[in-house]
Amino acid sequence: MKKKIFLTAGYNTISQGTGRKEFNPKKLRPGIDHYLKEAGQATIKKVGGAANVDEGVIGNFIASSFVKQAHLGAFLSEIDAGLRYKPSQRVEGACASGGLAVLSGIKSVLTGTSDVVLAIGVEVQNSVKAVYGADYLGYAGWFGDRKAGHAYFFPGLFSNRAGAYFEKFGREKTRKAFAVWYKNAIENARLCPTAQEYHNTCEDLVSLALTEPDPKIFTEFLNAYDCSKVSDGASSIAICSEEGLQKAGIDRSDAIEIMSWSLVTDNITKSPDDPTKLSTIEIAASKALQSAGLKIKDIATIELHDCFTIAGILSIEALGLAKHGEGAEFVLEGSTSRLGSIPVNTTGGLIGWGHPTGATGVHQTVAIWEQLTGKAGASQVNIPASKPYGMTINMGGDDKTVVAIVFKR
Amino acid sequence: MTYEEKLNNVSVLGAAGKMGSGILLLTAIEMTDIRLKSAKAPGSMILNAIDVSSAALSELHLYLRNQIRKIAEKKIVLLRGLYSGNKDLIENTEIIEYYIEDVISHIMLSTRTESSYQSTIIFEAIIEDSEIKIDLFRKILKNNNNDPWFFTNTSSVPISELDRGAELNGKIIGFHFYNPPAVQKLVELIATDKTDIMLVEFARQLAGNLSKKIVPANDFPGFIGNGHFIRDLLFGISMAERLSEKFKLPASIYAVNRISHDFLIRPMGIFQLMDYVGIDVCMKILQVMRSRLKDDQLHSNLIDKLISAGIKGGQNPDGSQKPGIFIYEKGRPTSVFDCDLLKYLPLESFRNDIDKKIGNPPPSWKPWKEVVNNRQNHVFLKHYFSELKGSDTPGSKLAVEYHLNSKRIGLELVESGVADNIGNVNTVLLTGFYHVYGPVNDYLD
Repeated sequence: MKKKIFLTAGYNTISQGTGRKEFNPKKLRPGIDHYLKEAGQATIKKVGGAANVDEGVIGNFIASSFVKQAHLGAFLSEIDAGLRYKPSQRVEGACASGGLAVLSGIKSVLTGTSDVVLAIGVEVQNSVKAVYGADYLGYAGWFGDRKAGHAYFFPGLFSNRAGAYFEKFGREKTRKAFAVWYKNAIENARLCPTAQEYHNTCEDLVSLALTEPDPKIFTEFLNAYDCSKVSDGASSIAICSEEGLQKAGIDRSDAIEIMSWSLVTDNITKSPDDPTKLSTIEIAASKALQSAGLKIKDIATIELHDCFTIAGILSIEALGLAKHGEGAEFVLEGSTSRLGSIPVNTTGGLIGWGHPTGATGVHQTVAIWEQLTGKAGASQVNIPASKPYGMTINMGGDDKTVVAIVFKR
Repeated sequence: MTYEEKLNNVSVLGAAGKMGSGILLLTAIEMTDIRLKSAKAPGSMILNAIDVSSAALSELHLYLRNQIRKIAEKKIVLLRGLYSGNKDLIENTEIIEYYIEDVISHIMLSTRTESSYQSTIIFEAIIEDSEIKIDLFRKILKNNNNDPWFFTNTSSVPISELDRGAELNGKIIGFHFYNPPAVQKLVELIATDKTDIMLVEFARQLAGNLSKKIVPANDFPGFIGNGHFIRDLLFGISMAERLSEKFKLPASIYAVNRISHDFLIRPMGIFQLMDYVGIDVCMKILQVMRSRLKDDQLHSNLIDKLISAGIKGGQNPDGSQKPGIFIYEKGRPTSVFDCDLLKYLPLESFRNDIDKKIGNPPPSWKPWKEVVNNRQNHVFLKHYFSELKGSDTPGSKLAVEYHLNSKRIGLELVESGVADNIGNVNTVLLTGFYHVYGPVNDYLD
């Protein structure tokens, strides 16, 4: 990195949707403006007010469909009137939109354009039933494949990956690993008050997760517990230069440093070469680690993109935590649990915390910021002094756009 | 004629009514799915929606569109398959919208019986009046050269009486849906000795395709469902009348409703159920059962009084409850009708007093909503009823008495040959009435 870049002042709204006690799909709920304001204002306050913010960037996947609202960059001064006439834009890369927002802020600070960038990710998805939401989320894939695809297009794509993995490496063991992945996600979410599954009280999570998939109403190889949540929410964080941190009056110990980042894309119109691999994630992770001069074992905790349990297992392999075909065992052994060798998704990830699609990349960054600065509350895991590093993997579409970032305490 | 061919031209009589509209909906869905699976041309299948009320018919499309949408949303995976050959339909929303139009396109609205003269299947869901039904069947039979099969949704009139009256020669079957037909899983199937065996087979296949659970009932007035409900209601009324020696009648009605609802963990109290069915409908059923069974006990002064005061119950088109013996707010009773004063009294004026006097259900009590979602409820119910039996509160004692009577009604339905066995009685109450236990059980033994 040509100069030091810091992240600080993170904030997550509640990930709202089924599972939360207060959620009622029949009642009028807060709109996208509410989420932008709640998250944005919280970060602005922590950095000492709008005068200290030079620029805004909003990560969002598809508000134009879910809530009929495009042009989100121009919400900046709705968040705080002090930001009127300041630069702001919305960035989009499907479910990696949040990661792109963070990258956009990093680049601005790197070029010296801004010293403090407010990065927000936002999505509101409970505006329509899941059957219609599946159409909108499907825009993250190649529309040329939509007709032949499953009614629930993305669950269908990842169900195909799960089917291929079952065939190659065994169904029973892999399904058990899915169930343990689900259990870890929910147990972690129960420790985080903003998590969508915070109120979950199910006693036997593994049995629940082992419910047989029903292809008549959903996909062939995945059930509802294998899927991330339908969520409304926003997350925000400030991206700062050293001068920016000083200007905002933020202590270095309340910030984390960017070690490296990578952005890797693949051809959206093509099917995966090998459905049992997430090759774009593999390349993105390896590039980011290489530029940071680190190995995967140096990382203390990872936020990875478990939009489906199978994506979690395949990511473990793509990151090099387990060999190809051994990701299920790695999870079954407990290595990814909060007490395992590499705690993954410590507040529940996309399955437990929630997946407000365009917000997820920012939420992952906030989660790592909290862990590395000791602000994670009940969900805090041990970050050994010998490895003060965290990492995020944010995926757009079916392994098509990947943002990987490595952070240091 | 195959199953599919039989469904090429169907008529629903009373199609704009509460039951008829649901039957119309389910039939339209079944016909559409058959047509899509066999790739038949649109227009090759006709469903006549016949009703005397053109005003009610004109409201049907909105109801149907909303209901078809809900059904389509649930079976989107199947629909994508059925429309896989139509390359213009790509997204779920396009498929659902197209399907709604596809289903609607089969339905011809009509106020004229003549529209049914080409049909091979006739569903009847008109007023619960034997003579009117017979006249209509006669008229259709005389003018229809397609040898039609008649499906009657009667909940009380013996099928053999309709068969004999209209000279249908076994071309009729009782196919009794529960309200609302689109949701309730039960169909009481009543075949007589004369019913055409092919018709019975067809009816079984149809019920299966509509995802309904069949319970066979024998051809006695009221069958199993009303055989139990009407007697259960009369018992509730008599219990309220007895209590009215202590409390006033409106307060007694509230008390018995609460006992049959809360203490017995049923989805609604017996008087609320009377309102739900419709007090006028209850009176019609009582008349049919009383005259056919020659049983003068099948009568209620209270119901007569309510009807003469113009209190009928039943539902609004949106499913909300019309005023009956109770007035409802958000589905809960808030006032009760006083037949002497001819006005509604707010429950608030005596609720606390009565609740205190009848006492609470036993400690292990849970609301129906919680029990219905728990498939392992047998252990709980056994424990709950043993507590109920041991409880000294007036409410618990009345609940025990009420339950034992309900059980007796169930046993008598088997003894008198209305139901073939106890299992069928219990299934009707579990499936058609959403009870969490069948009336014939050993919980109080």
